[in-house]
Amino acid sequence: MVATGKPGSAEESSIIIITIIIIVFCASDGGGQVALYVFTEAGELSSFSKMSVFGPVVKIHPVVLASICDSYERRNEGASRVIGTLLGTIDKHSIEVTNCFSVPHNESEDEVAVDMEFAKNMYELHKRVSPTEVIIGWYATGFDITEHSVLIHEYYSREASNPIHLTVDSALQSGKMNIRAYVSAQMGVPGKTVGVMFTPLSVKYVYYDTERIGVDLLQRTRVTPSRTKGLTSDLSQVAGSAARVQDMLTTVLAYIEDVLSGKVTADNSVGRFLMDLVNKVPTISAEDFENMLNSNINDLLMVTYLSNLTQAQIALNEKLVLL
Amino acid sequence: MQPLYLTLRLSSIVIIKHYQEEGQGSEVVQGVLLGLVVDDRLEITNCFPFPQHTEDDADFDEVQYQMEMMRSLRHVNIDHLHVGWYQSTYYGSFVSRALLDSQFSYQHAIEESVVLIYDPIKTAQGSLSLKAYRLTPKLMEICKEKDFTPEGLKKANIGFEHMFEEVPIVIKNSHLISVLMWELEDKSTVADKHELLNLSSSNHLEKSLQLLMDRVDDMSQDIVKYNTYSRNLSKQQQQKHQYLQRRQQENAQRQSRGEPPLPEEDITKMFKPPQPPPRMDTLLIAGQINNYCQNVKEFTSQNLGKLFMAEALQGHN
Repeated sequence: MVATGKPGSAEESSIIIITIIIIVFCASDGGGQVALYVFTEAGELSSFSKMSVFGPVVKIHPVVLASICDSYERRNEGASRVIGTLLGTIDKHSIEVTNCFSVPHNESEDEVAVDMEFAKNMYELHKRVSPTEVIIGWYATGFDITEHSVLIHEYYSREASNPIHLTVDSALQSGKMNIRAYVSAQMGVPGKTVGVMFTPLSVKYVYYDTERIGVDLLQRTRVTPSRTKGLTSDLSQVAGSAARVQDMLTTVLAYIEDVLSGKVTADNSVGRFLMDLVNKVPTISAEDFENMLNSNINDLLMVTYLSNLTQAQIALNEKLVLL
Repeated sequence: MQPLYLTLRLSSIVIIKHYQEEGQGSEVVQGVLLGLVVDDRLEITNCFPFPQHTEDDADFDEVQYQMEMMRSLRHVNIDHLHVGWYQSTYYGSFVSRALLDSQFSYQHAIEESVVLIYDPIKTAQGSLSLKAYRLTPKLMEICKEKDFTPEGLKKANIGFEHMFEEVPIVIKNSHLISVLMWELEDKSTVADKHELLNLSSSNHLEKSLQLLMDRVDDMSQDIVKYNTYSRNLSKQQQQKHQYLQRRQQENAQRQSRGEPPLPEEDITKMFKPPQPPPRMDTLLIAGQINNYCQNVKEFTSQNLGKLFMAEALQGHN
């Protein structure tokens, strides 16, 4: 069984080499399925038939990526990339990366020095706070996997079983920040030349609910030119949220107009979604709704009144005491 | 008042994550804020959490943990200047003696330090709730003197509104993080949840009101104590007065009879003044009640807006 890769762009040359070696490997092995995901230029996955998923799914939390970017910005003079340890939890089908810390290292043409004492210390400290996190791999910024990576990966395999390797292209070499995860596998002709192959894994982003809201807020900073945003509160937030829903509604309306005037062919599934949307507004008789609305408003007004009263009361108390 | 800049991607996200993992109960999670002071702004760039206090970990040294963490972070060029600390809160109840003490010790050491309060329940309702507080200079004075008697507080003329001052927060991101945000927006498949527009809110309101009621009860107890104290004090004054008068009368009578006057006795030893109750707790409770009321008002205003929106939606149906 043979796997081939399409040469999509210059970056895929390394994949082609790997595929050729896989052909050799399979030929000597004589069987077994090899899964290979090929990254197309858009960064999406395309898998060929008769391939099985190799390795678990990697779920990343945004805090990890933000930390990696931050350590890249703070790197020492002359260092072209930073590396660090990934912490998280391992499941049967997935690996969840929840935390990370950077490790100082020196890299030159022919040698690599990583401060392992430091890594161990940091891990101990982190374990005090969250005892469920274990070392599940390491990360590196930069685009390719170099030979030094292999050495570092070997070290990490001593710390954790089957570590994953995450690369974040913070130098934006290909115009995008590519975030990929790999697992290493032995390959080669047994007994003679052995090598290590990094097989890519599928990467997903997961958030806790509260994280999602925090990230939402951060998303809004990217539109302001000074990249700043104050934390608003109160009614303005509801107004903002309502404005967003309104925007969405206008987009949907524009689409419907287009379909009606024949500019765009109608899509049935979209139509079904729209039906769902319209039906979601509950049909309550006007009287009932009015009652509900009024009682709710009354509750809220009463609570506001009471809290104002309490505040006035304690203010008075203060003044009396100070007499 | 110095506005507070937070290069927040790390701080807020880490705090949120820490709370999610550790503080699922009603315990608070705490941690240290790191950053630096630039011109008139305080920039917070990183933070790390403190492990929980467990009883079976008696030999755990907090200071040592902190020192080691900061030393390690210095190696990777992360700002290691201690600028404050953060704490999570439960429905807004964070004004307590412990917080006051901690913040005082921090502010004593570092002038601009702040305490960042993160409210996870409010955040889950749709808007990131992070507030930064600092003690007012007046309160710092009082804490330094440790003079919590009513007279002391009266001298300083401090009310519960002057205890904490809120520092406005601004989030600032670097360009690289903006790129990251664009990437995440592209790749992430989680739908945009509009929790902020959620109408079911009575649960939250109930809880807040219950806490408010507890506090008001505490407050009234305190007030009763204070009242009894002042009544005792005035009664004692009266007794002293009466005793003095009787003495004088007796002395006058004895003089008229030609006998030596009675010796003046030390009144202060006879009438020991009652112990004035410490007023600090009352101040704290008042501050807490104020906080609750603020939160409730904010909440109700948001809900009113939402209700009117729902009405508009129904109207078109």
